[in-house]
Amino acid sequence: MDLDIDAASVAFRDETRDWLAANVPSPALPSMDTAEGFAAHREWEAKLAAARFSVVSWPREYHGRDASLLQWVLFEEEYYAAGAPGRVGQNGIFMLAPTLFEHGTKDQRDRILPAMATGDQVWAQAWSEPEAGSDIAALRSRAVRTEGGWLLSGQKTWSSRAAFADSAFGLFRTDPGAHRHHGLTYFMFGLRADGVTVRPIPQLDGEPGFAEIFLDDVFVPDADVIGAPGQGWRVAMTTANNERGLSLRSPGRFLAAANRLVDLWRERGGGGALGERVVDAWIGARAYQLYTFGTVTRLAEGGELGPESSVNKLFWSQLDIALHETALDLLGPDGETDEQWVDGYLFALAGPIYGGTDQIQRNTIAERLLRLPREARP
Amino acid sequence: MKFALSAEQRQFAASLHELLAGTSGTVRAWAEGKHEPGRKLLRAIADLGVPALLVPAEYGGLQADVADMVVAFEVLGFHVVPGPIVESAVVAPAALGGSRKWLPALASGEALVTVLNPLGLDADIADLVLDLRDGQVAAVRVESLEPVRSIDPARRLFTVDGERVPLGPAGRAFDLGVLAVAAQLLGAGQWLLDEATSYARQRNQYGRAIGGFQAVKHLLADVATQLELARPLVHGAAVTAQDGGGTLARDVSAAKIKAGEAAYLAARTALQVHGAIGYTAEHDLGLRLTKVRALLGAWGDAAFHRARVLESLS
Repeated sequence: MDLDIDAASVAFRDETRDWLAANVPSPALPSMDTAEGFAAHREWEAKLAAARFSVVSWPREYHGRDASLLQWVLFEEEYYAAGAPGRVGQNGIFMLAPTLFEHGTKDQRDRILPAMATGDQVWAQAWSEPEAGSDIAALRSRAVRTEGGWLLSGQKTWSSRAAFADSAFGLFRTDPGAHRHHGLTYFMFGLRADGVTVRPIPQLDGEPGFAEIFLDDVFVPDADVIGAPGQGWRVAMTTANNERGLSLRSPGRFLAAANRLVDLWRERGGGGALGERVVDAWIGARAYQLYTFGTVTRLAEGGELGPESSVNKLFWSQLDIALHETALDLLGPDGETDEQWVDGYLFALAGPIYGGTDQIQRNTIAERLLRLPREARP
Repeated sequence: MKFALSAEQRQFAASLHELLAGTSGTVRAWAEGKHEPGRKLLRAIADLGVPALLVPAEYGGLQADVADMVVAFEVLGFHVVPGPIVESAVVAPAALGGSRKWLPALASGEALVTVLNPLGLDADIADLVLDLRDGQVAAVRVESLEPVRSIDPARRLFTVDGERVPLGPAGRAFDLGVLAVAAQLLGAGQWLLDEATSYARQRNQYGRAIGGFQAVKHLLADVATQLELARPLVHGAAVTAQDGGGTLARDVSAAKIKAGEAAYLAARTALQVHGAIGYTAEHDLGLRLTKVRALLGAWGDAAFHRARVLESLS
């Protein structure tokens, strides 16, 4: 058992650190959930891509570096430690791309991945519907066969980045007679296509970080179906595992926040009753980092992510809130106005909701890891 | 990087589990002061090499990886093996480094050593009593022993009076002891989760297994999550110890805090899931619950360890 980092990975980490030190914009970019901020974040994606830092774990032919999972974790640690901008492309990079690598055709990969890597095409997710939140299999949006493709109709909601993004991906019911997770198909569609209406929804911070999407006979060619028609649920599970698991939340975010929290505590005199919570937050981030190194080892040896991804998500969603609550409490009256910690706190509050709520994660852990009886299914 | 147990380590754990299965009678006998079955068990554990792990080869030890020790103590904690085994197999070999008299006897399991903390665990049967203070180790010439009742009947504690004979620097003895206790806590917590989960599958109320109720499922899922995230801290601290890293105090303290919290949550949850049967002396759950509660305070309580981590960060 060891925690050694090989020479090539150390070199890669150093290169990342140097590049970020020279290139991270200061002052920080405006919020990506404004028109101006979205454009600025798109440019940042292009800059990352030009230096082959936007998708380090992808193959070289798609602007990647073939970086190992460990190198990706190290990249993320450096990225957050440097205070680099949020990733406007993250829905595509961390959810759609893994699905394309596993279930897409070569044509789809060649067409979609390069533009995703450079930020030329930014993707929104379109999972939830008004009557299908945690229970995604209850979705009602449908796709009807037409010549050369499909006509999509229905309503999606809580679609992150959809207010300004170019395209979206999600599940639609293609077999109206099939029950629940049967008869679903995975589609990609343009957010500016005929028949699409996007209505932005302001979030807690007032900015439209997500949106409703209304679809009315939107034509999608067969080439934009991922996997076989009717197999959408199975295809989407790849995405779900990536969102809940390792990919969307590397330890980097929490380590960087924990270190900033320790700095804040020290600046504020380093005493007081909050010291215990500061140390617990730091230990939580360290535990998550080491747990991730264990996961990296397991995956490198051919293991699968599996229900452990729910352990992952349940832990970090709570850690993230504890970290930011502790910072706001340390700041006292200044906690109301400190922009960086307030933004981080508001972002953390969404963690136990998206990508499967904490309650759904607990069900998954109980049923699949602990083998307790399953919930009744409709 | 390979941050996982090796096949050999998993095999070692499996052999220990096999040896220790069904030993709760031995634990109860030890609590009553009947040491013979426990001594026999400790000899069998020694035959598998546990007390030799951290002893250098030149003194008859195995000079094994610190992670092997952690693997062993997680299993010992799972089965709540009684006796001063952290003290004899982990702390004493580090505190008595270079001792031609003691190290071979420790490695073979012939000698039992206890360490004041500040009470002496099983001091009545120890061949040697050590006192670790201010980074120094002293042998205690025992003049008097007074039994003190622990919340955990299997932890037979004594106040020990006697002259201290300085032996030298204690080295990493204390930190390695903390790490072994963290591993024991993890093991006890794992048993409690396993037992509560298996009980929740079989116990029926309102016409169905109680493990099908979300109120119960979510309690157990939280325990599983806390244990899963505590384990890497224990393993990570073992790697630090093996590498001679400068963050040993920080890492073992973090490991003990998290392993202690997870094990205690497991204990409380297991009791709640079992209901009244878990509250009986007859059930093995109590052996772990009281052990975990006792170990939370022993070898530095949470406040002590948090202060050490904070200090390292400041």
